[in-house]
Amino acid sequence: MELTGRSEKCREIFSLLSEYLNLELPPEACQEMEAHIAGCVPCVAFTESLRKTVELCHRYSPAELPDPLGADARSQLLDAYRKMMAARRVTSS
Amino acid sequence: MAGDAGAFDRFVEHFRAKIFQYSWLMCGQREDAEDVAQDTLLKAFESFDQLREPERVRPWIFRIARNACLMKRRKSVFAPAHELSLDDYLPAIENEGGRPRIQIADWSELPDRQMMRTEMRHALDEAIGALPESYKSVLLMRDVEELSTGETAQVLDLTEDVVKTRLHRARLAVRQKLDEYLRVHPAGAGGN
Repeated sequence: MELTGRSEKCREIFSLLSEYLNLELPPEACQEMEAHIAGCVPCVAFTESLRKTVELCHRYSPAELPDPLGADARSQLLDAYRKMMAARRVTSS
Repeated sequence: MAGDAGAFDRFVEHFRAKIFQYSWLMCGQREDAEDVAQDTLLKAFESFDQLREPERVRPWIFRIARNACLMKRRKSVFAPAHELSLDDYLPAIENEGGRPRIQIADWSELPDRQMMRTEMRHALDEAIGALPESYKSVLLMRDVEELSTGETAQVLDLTEDVVKTRLHRARLAVRQKLDEYLRVHPAGAGGN
């Protein structure tokens, strides 16, 4: 361990963690990371915190919602939708 | 898309809220986000024949929304480009009795699946809101909308490598903000 308490391997793990959590790394790289993380308390803690961050983002939905759709806006959209459906019927017939 | 009024209402209700929320986070203005949602849905109906793979309607719609957001931003303020550096998010490590110990909040009390308490949601709102736009858009597509790396690259006109790089840095930045929050408001306290 260096003076900072952080090894080069920890740095490497740190830079690849998202790809690891996304299962985007080749199997060999994954196994190598898992082997290191299993024996490195700081890496375990950090990996877990990043995993939970991603989990929170998956469940995140902004509190803001749009105002109810006004009659004019709905009519405009419905008109465009009906034209689209009519064009699709012509294409498919 | 089925041709009945129910399908129309379901489609509009679902995507209008999604597009509004994405645009609100990207544009920062409620009125702009309302406009982007309406313009995007109109454009989607008008150009639906250009959608080659109907199962990829979500990335297709978000690409239209992203372009509509860019048009809005051209009319308002350009945020300065700001790069996030990986080194800024390396956690500090201290020695505790000869053993390395990371300086980090206690995340173990944060259950994997739970209703997010209001304060935590606000902390996440702020963490995501503080991201530079180029990182925020990637995080919103990948982690909030859960599009794939390839779909996100397509929506945002980026390479997959850039998506991966920005996603990681965005996650690290959000993690750091949440960590700061959890140090002051431990997850186990206050009924979380």
